[in-house]
Amino acid sequence: MTNSSAVLNQKSFYEEGNTKAKSGLAAWIFSTDHKRIGLMYLSAIAIFFSVAAIIGIFMRLELISTGKDLMDAQTYNTLFTLHGVIMIFLFIIPGIPAVFGNFFLPLQLGARDVSFPRLNLFSFWIYITGAILVLLSLVLPGGPIDTGWTFYIPYSVRSGTNISLAIFAAFVLGFSSILTGINFITTVHRLRAPGMSWFKMPLFVWATYATAWIQIIATPVIAITIVLVIIERLFGVGIFDPSLGGDPILYQHLFWIYSHPAVYIMILPAMGVVSEIIPTFARRTIFGYKAIAISSLAIAFVGYLVWAHHMFTSGMSDTARWIFSLLTFLVALPSGVKVFNWVATMYKGSIDPKPPFLWVMNFIFLFSIGGLTGLVLGSLVTDVHLHDTYFVVAHFHYVMFGGTGTIFFAALYYWFPKIFGKMYNIKTANIGVALFFVAFNLLYFPKFILGYMGMPRRYYDFLPEFESLQFVSTVGSWLMLITLILIIWNLMHGILRGRKSESNPWGGVTLEWHTSSPPPLENFKVIPEVKHEPYDFSQLEDMKND
Amino acid sequence: MLSGPTKHVETADAVMLYIVAVSVLLLIGITVTMIYFVFKYHRKKGHKPVNIHGSVLLETIWIVIPTLLVLSMFYYGYTGFRDSRIFPDDSMEITVTARMWSWDFKYPNGKVSDTLYVPVYQPIKLLMESVDVNHSFYIPSFRIKEDVIAGKINYLGFTPEEVGDYDVACAEYCGLNHAFMYTKIKVMPGVEFYAWYEKSGEVKVNDEKTEGNIQ
Ligand code: HEM
Ligand SMILES: [Cu+2]
Repeated sequence: MTNSSAVLNQKSFYEEGNTKAKSGLAAWIFSTDHKRIGLMYLSAIAIFFSVAAIIGIFMRLELISTGKDLMDAQTYNTLFTLHGVIMIFLFIIPGIPAVFGNFFLPLQLGARDVSFPRLNLFSFWIYITGAILVLLSLVLPGGPIDTGWTFYIPYSVRSGTNISLAIFAAFVLGFSSILTGINFITTVHRLRAPGMSWFKMPLFVWATYATAWIQIIATPVIAITIVLVIIERLFGVGIFDPSLGGDPILYQHLFWIYSHPAVYIMILPAMGVVSEIIPTFARRTIFGYKAIAISSLAIAFVGYLVWAHHMFTSGMSDTARWIFSLLTFLVALPSGVKVFNWVATMYKGSIDPKPPFLWVMNFIFLFSIGGLTGLVLGSLVTDVHLHDTYFVVAHFHYVMFGGTGTIFFAALYYWFPKIFGKMYNIKTANIGVALFFVAFNLLYFPKFILGYMGMPRRYYDFLPEFESLQFVSTVGSWLMLITLILIIWNLMHGILRGRKSESNPWGGVTLEWHTSSPPPLENFKVIPEVKHEPYDFSQLEDMKND
Repeated sequence: MLSGPTKHVETADAVMLYIVAVSVLLLIGITVTMIYFVFKYHRKKGHKPVNIHGSVLLETIWIVIPTLLVLSMFYYGYTGFRDSRIFPDDSMEITVTARMWSWDFKYPNGKVSDTLYVPVYQPIKLLMESVDVNHSFYIPSFRIKEDVIAGKINYLGFTPEEVGDYDVACAEYCGLNHAFMYTKIKVMPGVEFYAWYEKSGEVKVNDEKTEGNIQ
């Protein structure tokens, strides 16, 4: 290629970077391009997800029948802790914001990058540092942690394993989350394209924006809590440990004051993606734009007030229990509003159920089950029975995996042609969605029944009466393994060998589709001026003529 | 469902049934509507999409109706729970001590056992404390649990109405043998219970191996 500027602009961000190194590893790991950073997060997160999923498969193998099948109790306890820690802190919390937020927030706003590109790169490196610390905690003497991802005190003060290091890793990861949040909020405030008023922003932007606020406000609470635990462990100062005069319930409060809002850090961005995909494949405007946008803020706000529903059996006063139960039911409402508006968006559309849309249908079903079983857990009399049983294990897998995990795949399948300029095999993708549906329900639905029957969670072994359902669940995990391999293989194959895709194969109209695929280094030749509302498909004709 | 060894079981299961029934209806409603729309408005059929921006009426309906539904769920959940927290004056108070990984029960007369023996129809109040990490005292058949924590006494109450053996599990993760921290609660006819209670020392009534076998 020549270096005439017109041609230069045609180069995609893969061909043209902003680092001194023109190619190779250095052109990536020092790049401040939000798209490259998004893809680096994607690679890291894909690895962590795979590792934690394989750990999950091994746990299921141990649970295939009563007694010891494969490992001893200590190993099992370590595995569920690692599985939880990796899935929560390395996959699902950073997940969608770090990968798709980074890649698409600036594109959807019509910006050339985030507000603070270097801070963005720094956040990525903090994330990697945190991940390395987690890995170190596995191999250093002391041994891998065995406390569960909640690190409840006093057990976590007594356990001889590398707790201090592991929670310090969570501390470090928190900073990555906070800095990303600050970056996104500033970007949304400052870098919207001309003409993009607040209510012309795509809903993914709204969701990421609401999430960013939670990241900034809630994460410091866990950071402080972690510092207190480390002080307690290292210096024997009594804060939470009753044998030192501390209060273990205080720890649970502080932990959930962060970790419950963190649940919304996990789900809100996914809801944003859903609000992008449905209009595109129904080719009509979203139903209830403002209701969806504002419900994100409502969730972010009310989400702060419900943390103690994780503690209904902890011995809190009965008054606190009913107040938190009431608030919990109220936070269910904005999520319901979203689901109803999404389904209404399909009404009188022109629906082309391509794989991203099928993923979303999967999501609506699985997430609804997750949300509705949340009502069972929000009600006091039933929660007292089901708390800390397999019912909860089923519930949060339906919400986190069936909800956010499913949408992670939906987002990958939706934005794939934009990110890579190529296309995966559509038929294989459809099969993947169908298999996922079967595998998922086989793997997790039995856990609801097990929980109701009284099988507690974090159990290495169980009573004979639970055996047949446990077996079904393990069979489900094998099908899930096959499905995940198929889904990921299809994507890898698409990246390496896929046919070239058109620039806008689905007919999307938000700003990321107004530039070439893959986008050039600074996203747009000319910053677009926004004249339409975000899901106005009458622009499609004009876009084709561009 | 809806009958069991304590009255509380009926209440808890009825609330569960109510919430699950409403949920199943909602789930079916959402899923069927979604699938119907996908077929009805499939692009192949060549409809021209209609851009409906929303409807204040619908938004109101699907805020108000779910609000009423969840408030009713809250209410039933709350009253059922509240009733389970009433400890009658004639309750027998038994002290429960949890440790990694076993349970001790101490009766008003000072007797100690590692299985919980109680007379049928006698209201029981458990005063529970841990000597080490957090545990949780869980009787699945009675639908009750409460965490057992060091430095703090937590309470749990119930009135057994059916003679039999029921499992007691630990429901709060407590380390290596968490999964094996099971014991039993034996609900006995009053006469049998007091025969045991009055004898000095730890005496085992019946054979320990009659697991979950309800007479
Ligand atoms: C291949 C897929 C997966 C399998 C087979 C699997 C299986 C399991 C099993 C068997 C448990 C332990 C239950 C217990 O002993 O209490 C568990 C716990 C957990 N899983 Fe998964 N899971 C999978 C995917 C996921 C995903 C995608 C997420 C999150 C996004 C996730 C988050 C968690 C968490 C947070 C826990 C709780 C850990 C703890 O108790 O500390 N899992 N999973
Ligand atoms: Cu225990």
